[in-house]
Amino acid sequence: MSRPDWEVVIGLEIHAQLNTASKIFSGATTAFGAEANAQASAVDIALPGVLPVLNKGAVERAIRFGLAIDAEVARKSVFARKNYFYPDLPKGYQISQFELPVVVGGQVTIRVGEGDAAYDKTVTLTRAHLEEDAGKSLHEDFHGMSGIDLNRAGTPLLEIVSEPDMRSSAEAVAYARALHTLVRWIDICDGNMQEGSFRCDANVSVRRPGAELGTRREIKNLNSFRFLQQAIDYEIQWQIERIEDGGRVEQATVLFDPDSGETRMMRSKEDAHDYRYFPDPDLLPVVISEDWIERTRAALPELPGAMRARFEADWGLSAYDAITLTSSRDAATYFEAAVAAAGDTLAKPCANWIMGELAARLNKAERDITDSPVGPAQLAALVRRIADGTISNNAGKKVFDTLWSEAGADVDAIIEAQGLKQMNDSGALEAIVDDVLAANPKSVEEFRAGKEKALNALVGQVMKASRGKANPTQVNEVLRSKLGG
Amino acid sequence: MIEASLKDLAAALRAGTLSSVELTTLFLDRIDALNPSLNAFITVDRDGALTAARAADARLAAGTAGPLTGIPLAHKDVFCTEGVRTTCASRMLENFVSPYDAHVVSQLKAVGAVMLGKTNMDEFAMGSSNENTHFGPTKNPWNTGRVPGGSSGGSAVAVAARLAPIATGTDTGGSVRQPAALTGVTGIKPTYGVVSRYGMIAYASSLDQGGAFGRSAEDCALLLSAMAGFDPRDSTSVERETEDYTRDLGKPLAGLRIGLPKEFFAEGMDDDVRAATEAALDQYRQLGATTVEVSLPNAKLAIPAYYVIAPAEASSNLSRFDGVRYGHRAPEYGDLADMYSKSRAQGFGAEVKRRILVGTYVLSHGYYDAYYLQAQKLRRLIAEDFIAAFTQCDVIAGPTSPTVAWPIGEKSDDPVQMYLQDIYTIAVNLAGLPGLSLPCGTGANDLPVGLQLIGNYFDEARLLNVAHGFQQTTDWHRRMPAVG
Repeated sequence: MSRPDWEVVIGLEIHAQLNTASKIFSGATTAFGAEANAQASAVDIALPGVLPVLNKGAVERAIRFGLAIDAEVARKSVFARKNYFYPDLPKGYQISQFELPVVVGGQVTIRVGEGDAAYDKTVTLTRAHLEEDAGKSLHEDFHGMSGIDLNRAGTPLLEIVSEPDMRSSAEAVAYARALHTLVRWIDICDGNMQEGSFRCDANVSVRRPGAELGTRREIKNLNSFRFLQQAIDYEIQWQIERIEDGGRVEQATVLFDPDSGETRMMRSKEDAHDYRYFPDPDLLPVVISEDWIERTRAALPELPGAMRARFEADWGLSAYDAITLTSSRDAATYFEAAVAAAGDTLAKPCANWIMGELAARLNKAERDITDSPVGPAQLAALVRRIADGTISNNAGKKVFDTLWSEAGADVDAIIEAQGLKQMNDSGALEAIVDDVLAANPKSVEEFRAGKEKALNALVGQVMKASRGKANPTQVNEVLRSKLGG
Repeated sequence: MIEASLKDLAAALRAGTLSSVELTTLFLDRIDALNPSLNAFITVDRDGALTAARAADARLAAGTAGPLTGIPLAHKDVFCTEGVRTTCASRMLENFVSPYDAHVVSQLKAVGAVMLGKTNMDEFAMGSSNENTHFGPTKNPWNTGRVPGGSSGGSAVAVAARLAPIATGTDTGGSVRQPAALTGVTGIKPTYGVVSRYGMIAYASSLDQGGAFGRSAEDCALLLSAMAGFDPRDSTSVERETEDYTRDLGKPLAGLRIGLPKEFFAEGMDDDVRAATEAALDQYRQLGATTVEVSLPNAKLAIPAYYVIAPAEASSNLSRFDGVRYGHRAPEYGDLADMYSKSRAQGFGAEVKRRILVGTYVLSHGYYDAYYLQAQKLRRLIAEDFIAAFTQCDVIAGPTSPTVAWPIGEKSDDPVQMYLQDIYTIAVNLAGLPGLSLPCGTGANDLPVGLQLIGNYFDEARLLNVAHGFQQTTDWHRRMPAVG
C-alpha cells in the first residue's frame, strides 16, 4: 500500500457514546436493545413545547476526557443547533457544539507497527464536543415504507476530532485503538463497537510529498478497526489511481461497503447541507468551574500513557509489553496485582504469562480478565515457583491448567499432588545422564563430530528418563561437561 | 358576577354564596352566547371545566382552597393541555392533542383553577392582529369590525368581553401588552425566565415569555403568582424564591420616579393615543409621582433586530412540524422531500412561512454574521440603554401601541405596517424586562388606549402596584364593551 511518491493525510472524527444512565437532554434511559421507541420520551420525540435540560454527567465525562488528553477544558462552552431535515431527527435540528466546544486541543501518543519497525507518534487533537445522537431509520418490514426508532435519539455523544496528523491506515488504526482504550480506561464509554458506541469517520486525502493538502473525502460510520483499515486503504488506492489517471478528487462523503471492500459516494460537496448553526436559545452556556475541574482531575485514575512509561522505567518492560498490558485498565490492574504478589524482579515473567498463556486461554474461552479463573495472586505464586527452580516452565503450564480448571486451587498443593517438582539433586541427575550416554552411543558420536542437534536428542532422553522433573538448563550443563564440551 | 374581581369571587366561593360550578356555568354560557361573534375561543371544554369546578367545590368545602381555587380561566392555545387539543391556531396542529400539560397549565390545575377552553391567537404567536389564524380572525368586542391585537388576541378578548375573568397569554414582541391595550384590559409580561416555557409551544425561544391578562392589575398579580416559579424542565427558567406578586399592592406612589423615553414620545404615535397617554401621566403626577425624561437611543433598532432574531429562532423551532410524527401530513406526496414540502406548505399560513423564510435566510452560511450576530449586538445595546435609564427612574412609561384598534383587513397585506405596531413593546422583550399594559383612556371611536409600564428586572411586584395605584383612582379598567 505504501507508495513513496504519495503522501497520505488522514484525520479522524470519532463518536464515543457516553455511558450516562439517561440521555443528554432528557430523563429517558440510554440502555441498548429495547423495543423500538420504548425509550423515547416527550423530549426525545420532540413534542411541541418540550425543552432540553443538560445532563451534568455528560459534561463530567467530557471534562474527564479533556483532562486525560491534556487538553484545555473550556470554562464556557455553548450548545448550538445544527439544522437539517431527516425523519430520524425529530426536532429538525441536532443539538451539538459548534463555535465553542467543551474540549480544545490535547494529544494522544500512539505506538504504530510491530517489532523493530514499531515507532511512537503523537497525534494532536483539534477538539471534542458534546452532542446528541439521532434516531434510526428502519427500511425493512414496513411494506415499502420506512420506520423510525427514536430510542437512540438524544443519546450523549462526545465527538473527538483529530488534526490531519496520520500518514497511513496503520497510524489511523493505532490512534483509534488508543482512543478506544482511553475512553474505556477513564470510564466514559463502554467502547462497544457492534452496538455503535464507538464509531469512526475518516477524512482521507493524498498529495505529492511537500505539496499542498489534497482534496479530502470523508468515509462515514466505520464501526470496526478492520473496516477502518480496509476503507482507508481502499480510499487511498482509489484516490491515487484517480489522480494518476488524470482525474481529480472531488470533496465528498462516502460509505464503506464491507462486502465489496469498496467505498461509494453518499453525497458530493454540492449536496452538502447548510446547517445554519446558531446558539441554542433553550440552553444556557455550559460553565465549568475550576473546582469542578479539580475535583474531576483528582478522581481520574492513572492514565495508560503514564502507566506504560512506569512499566518500562520501573520494571524494564519493552514498549510492546507495556502497551499490551495497558491496552485495558483491567489488564493493567491484573498485571500490577500479580507483580505486587510476585515481586518487582518477576515483572517480566508475570507479563509473559499474562500476555501468553492467560491471554490465550481467556481469548479461547471468550472471558474477560476480570472474570479469569486464575487470579493474579495465583499467577504470581506460579511465576515464583518457576523462578526459584521448584518447577520447570513446562511443569508450570500443567500447574496453570489445573489452576484454570479448579477454582481457588493452591499452586504448591498442585505441584505436590502432581509430583511436578524439578530434580535438583545433581547426583541423581548425573546417574541418569550416565545411563543415557551409555545407551545412546550414536548420538554421542554425532555430537562429538560437531552435530549440535544431537545434544537435543540426548536432553530429550534425559528429560524422559527423569519423567520431566529434571531442570533442562541443568541437564544441558551436565551433558556438556560429560561430553567434554 | 361577571364584573367581580378575583378577590370578591374567591370570597364568595369560600363563603359558599357561590359555587365554582355555578360560576363556571355562567362563563360557559356567556361563551356559548358570545363566542360565535367574537371568535375568542378555538376550543371550549365544557365537560372538563365542570369536572374541574366540581373538584374545586370539594376543595372549597374541605377548606383547602387557595385564591384561584374554583376560578374559571382561559389558556392561550399555545399552552399544551393534556387531553384537550392544542392548535397554535394552525392547520398544522388542527387535531393535535398533547399527552402532557404545560408547566403553566399544571400549576393552575394544581391550585384548582378551572380551564374553560383554549383561546384564538395569531398562528404560532406570529402576528399583531389575530388575523393570522386557521380558525378565523378574533373580533374586538369594542367594535367587531376591528382587530383585537395579537398574538394573544383571543385571551385579551375573553377577558375584555367577560367570557373569562382571567386568561393566560404569551408575549414575544408585545403579544400580551398590545392586545391588552387594544381591548382595554390589563396584561403583564414578566421578566424573561420568571414563567416556565415548558409546554409553551415555542415561537422565538429567547424572547417568548408567558404572561397574564385580567381586568385589573390586582387580578393579574394573583394569576401571575400562580403561573410563575422555577421549573427545572426549562433551562432558562430563573431559580428564585416564588413570589407573591400582590405583596406591594396599595403602597403609595408618592416619590415614584417615572422615566419617559423621549424616543417614544417623539413621533409615530397617533394623536388620540398621545392625549390619553399624557392624561394618564398627569394622573400619576397627581398621585405624587415625578416624571423624568430618559433616553433609549437604540430602541429604534428594536424592530429590525427583532425581525432577525425571532424569525431565525422560529425557523428552527418550527422544523419539528415535519409531518413525520404528529401534526398535518399531506394526504398525497411523492418522495420524502415532497412529503416535507407539501405538508409544511399546507400546514402553515402565510405569515408563518414568511418568517421561516426570513429566519432561514438570516442564518444561512455567509449571512449569519451580517444579520444574526449583528442583531445580537443590537440586542445588548438596547438592554444597556434600559439599564442606564433605570439609574434615573423606577419605572418607564409610554404608549403600548401607536394606534387604537384598526379595522380588520386594513394592514393584513402590509407586513411592515403590521410589524410597526410593536414599536414600543419589542425592545422590552429584547432586553428581557417586565412590561405591563393597563387601560388609561380612550381614543378615536371610543376605542381603548393602553399605557405601557416597563420595570427593571424582577420588578413585577412594583410594576403591578404602579398600575394598581392608577386603577384605585380611575375607572378606565372598569369600562365594559357593549356585548351580550
